[in-house]
Amino acid sequence: MQRAAALVRRGCGPRTPSSWGRSQSSAAAEASAVLKVRPERSRRERILTLESMNPQVKAVEYAVRGPIVLKAGEIELELQRGIKKPFTEVIRANIGDAQAMGQQPITFLRQVMALCTYPNLLDSPSFPEDAKKRARRILQACGGNSLGSYSASQGVNCIREDVAAYITRRDGGVPADPDNIYLTTGASDGISVRTILKILVSGGGKSRTGVMIPIPQYPLYSAVISELDAIQVNYYLDEENCWALNVNELRRAVQEAKDHCDPKVLCIINPGNPTGQVQSRKCIEDVIHFAWEEKLFLLADEVYQDNVYSPDCRFHSFKKVLYEMGPEYSSNVELASFHSTSKGYMGECGYRGGYMEVINLHPEIKGQLVKLLSVRLCPPVSGQAAMDIVVNPPVAGEESFEQFSREKESVLGNLAKKAKLTEDLFNQVPGIHCNPLQGAMYAFPRIFIPAKAVEAAQAHQMAPDMFYCMKLLEETGICVVPGSGFGQREGTYHFRMTILPPVEKLKTVLQKVKDFHINFLEKYA
Amino acid sequence: MASSTGDRSQAVRHGLRAKVLTLDGMNPRVRRVEYAVRGPIVQRALELEQELRQVIRANIGDAQAMGQRPITFLRQVLALCVNPDLLSSPNFPDDAKKRAERILQACGGHSLGAYSVSSGIQLIREDVARYIERRDGGIPADPNNVFLSTGASDAIVTVLKLLVAGEGHTRTGVLIPIPQYPLYSATLAELGAVQVDYYLDEERAWALDVAELHRALGQARDHCRPRALCVINPGNPTGQVQTRECIEAVIRFAFEERLFLLADEVYQDNVYAAGSQFHSFKKVLMEMGPPYAGQQELASFHSTSKGYMGECGFRGGYVEVVNMDAAVQQQMLKLMSVRLCPPVPGQALLDLVVSPPAPTDPSFAQFQAEKQAVLAELAAKAKLTEQVFNEAPGISCNPVQGAMYSFPRVQLPPRAVERAQELGLAPDMFFCLRLLEETGICVVPGSGFGQREGTYHFRMTILPPLEKLRLLLEKLSRFHAKFTLEYS
Repeated sequence: MQRAAALVRRGCGPRTPSSWGRSQSSAAAEASAVLKVRPERSRRERILTLESMNPQVKAVEYAVRGPIVLKAGEIELELQRGIKKPFTEVIRANIGDAQAMGQQPITFLRQVMALCTYPNLLDSPSFPEDAKKRARRILQACGGNSLGSYSASQGVNCIREDVAAYITRRDGGVPADPDNIYLTTGASDGISVRTILKILVSGGGKSRTGVMIPIPQYPLYSAVISELDAIQVNYYLDEENCWALNVNELRRAVQEAKDHCDPKVLCIINPGNPTGQVQSRKCIEDVIHFAWEEKLFLLADEVYQDNVYSPDCRFHSFKKVLYEMGPEYSSNVELASFHSTSKGYMGECGYRGGYMEVINLHPEIKGQLVKLLSVRLCPPVSGQAAMDIVVNPPVAGEESFEQFSREKESVLGNLAKKAKLTEDLFNQVPGIHCNPLQGAMYAFPRIFIPAKAVEAAQAHQMAPDMFYCMKLLEETGICVVPGSGFGQREGTYHFRMTILPPVEKLKTVLQKVKDFHINFLEKYA
Repeated sequence: MASSTGDRSQAVRHGLRAKVLTLDGMNPRVRRVEYAVRGPIVQRALELEQELRQVIRANIGDAQAMGQRPITFLRQVLALCVNPDLLSSPNFPDDAKKRAERILQACGGHSLGAYSVSSGIQLIREDVARYIERRDGGIPADPNNVFLSTGASDAIVTVLKLLVAGEGHTRTGVLIPIPQYPLYSATLAELGAVQVDYYLDEERAWALDVAELHRALGQARDHCRPRALCVINPGNPTGQVQTRECIEAVIRFAFEERLFLLADEVYQDNVYAAGSQFHSFKKVLMEMGPPYAGQQELASFHSTSKGYMGECGFRGGYVEVVNMDAAVQQQMLKLMSVRLCPPVPGQALLDLVVSPPAPTDPSFAQFQAEKQAVLAELAAKAKLTEQVFNEAPGISCNPVQGAMYSFPRVQLPPRAVERAQELGLAPDMFFCLRLLEETGICVVPGSGFGQREGTYHFRMTILPPLEKLRLLLEKLSRFHAKFTLEYS
């Protein structure tokens, strides 16, 4: 019995106060309870346990698919089993997955992909010639003319050329070299596993690599930093100022960091996630200058570059601005920029397509990069093909151009409308304040949580905004991610909600959140 | 050291500053990583190709790159999933359409473009579990223990990552076969785990000898904490297919010595030799009963890249975990969630691999014919390879019982070995580079996989079309003879 009890204790979550761990304790306790029921089978201790496992992995958290989402899954199962709830469906407003919320894929993209997947279709009259042309070009560049072959680890050559051409066009002629392009399994892969952060992290103790990240951030960054055992260096975006990036704050952060680590990397997300701000050109110049001054490697996460809604804002790529700042900067600042097929107007999350462009990397480092990539062989070739179509879409004069443009404008127009709608509706709710959604796919409103609710949260050993979001989920079926999962200033609370449900549904969701919030305020007054 | 000072002065000369990210400043573990399958020999092959010289890429297990055709049914269903408009086309068989609809129903927004749950689409995990049950004669598999992944490599790295802990003498040690598929050594280097080599027995068709496992483990305990044992069955690069007795012995060993078992079974459909049969570790483990069945921790891996499918580019795969601690399993799921999900087209393909057309389905006949044709040709090529190499003096090749490679041993004259050393090259790398230059045939030197000291090998795939393969084998043999003469 004592042994079983010890197992149960051990099974109940990690010792570090991790929100993931606490909500897992019920699952682990359940598992351990099962063991207790069978006393005749004296089980020996496993080799791989929470205590014996990799501590860096244990420290990793990823809120976007964290405890609240697991809870949402449980509730969905309960609904399926016919258990009555105050709502009939769970609305997954936690993740930037447009097609899951009903957005249609771009016809042309799927046509080319189908042709590549099953080349017999090249003989079919149901596919336009421009789609066939693209498919043939991609297939010819593949081993055995098939998507089924491994590609070069850096990605299919002609696709990298197409990406370089796209970047050059996007940046008004600023040249991009295909040799600096690496195709990746979604942008996440380029940022973390395959690459840049992994290669950058070194040193020990006070010289351990420090990585500067925005707060609030997309929690891939904190997760990778945890896993790599690097030092996270937070710089706060300015909520009072539409989440602007203030270089003085960068300076403050790096100075303090130098005490206990070796800051080497500066991560920027533009347009921002979860915050949706689109950096001004001046800001980007200031950031580049700062990186140059402080000798920081710049990571520019630009996966939302096609999602800019505010008429006063424009996307400026770091690469372009860097180049236009002249040779002192453009020859020296090391930069990696990332893009993806998951966002934009495409929403092809499931394909795991992406690329990174690296600037001013030491040639030996590029060699190391390719070596590291080669161990995993190659990114999914279908995702590479999807990326190719994104960077090489139909142009005026081509058969598919009209429909393509229509579909693209429709998606982006819709998103812009929903961005405004969300901002406006949230700002009508007492106790909720929402900064303008200049870009990306999310609202990150600030919520006022009364003191009594904060206490209740603490009693449940939860962050106050997690408590709020759990209640929201349980009472309305709406799943959003608490601000604590992204980081926020002490004493402030937020949540991230996507703007992806269809307009009418989004209106309903926003109304429900409003009603919930007002009730919540009353209940915990 | 010298290079970075040189870099700095060179940089200064060109008005460039020293970089933030240099060889000296980078992650030292990443620096130690090597992956021979796409290593220096392949880079040289690329250079030659760019000079428009013809190169035969017999270095990598990529069947379709060497002309193997994809299975029609798989591509039909996938195309229907990609472009559901095709569901109304008369040019696709009904069973393909049914499959596509079934998969799409299980996807978010009924689209391959939505993220799936991080462990993979639930329906597909269930299908995988059923496949495992059928394969293992009815032994139950729980879909909750099945995790889809981006190729098997992804899942292997994830499991190894979980296992690595400790410092110095308590740092995790992982037993791997020598010769091995160098994903293992690369990953252990990257994770800073301790690689513990156990040698397969070349004299006995690369058999796994438990006595050798004991030897390796005993020596390892000096300087690390061994916690895992990796087995590749059928073997890569060696192609041996483990006997059932051997697998039982390995399981017993792992249990006694408290080792987490990793069973890399991606070649489970590639068994050629008469008398050889694939036995899954899971099945054998369960049939061994208590205490093993209920307690031995095991992770088994499979992939869409090999078999008769050869769908390497889609990066489909899965891991089945057995007897894993529930809390650790949650941690594994958490780790997977950071990368969101494996590519959904790869998941869809895997679904078709684990639930192919049934005998009553319209596509069955063609599917079976294609599958059998691929496997029969591979078997013929395996035999041919063994035969031709064994006819060459100075080359000896163990039977290619399974997988996709031959790993022949080559005699290299002492003068060649010396020359290699002068050039700072492993002798078999020297041999392979010369082979490449003179014949265009690209194979991977045995030093990239590991081998007993003083022995030399290379790994060559059996994937080129049969007649081409014959020519290549003969060409290679002739080259070896010439090389031997040159350095006598």
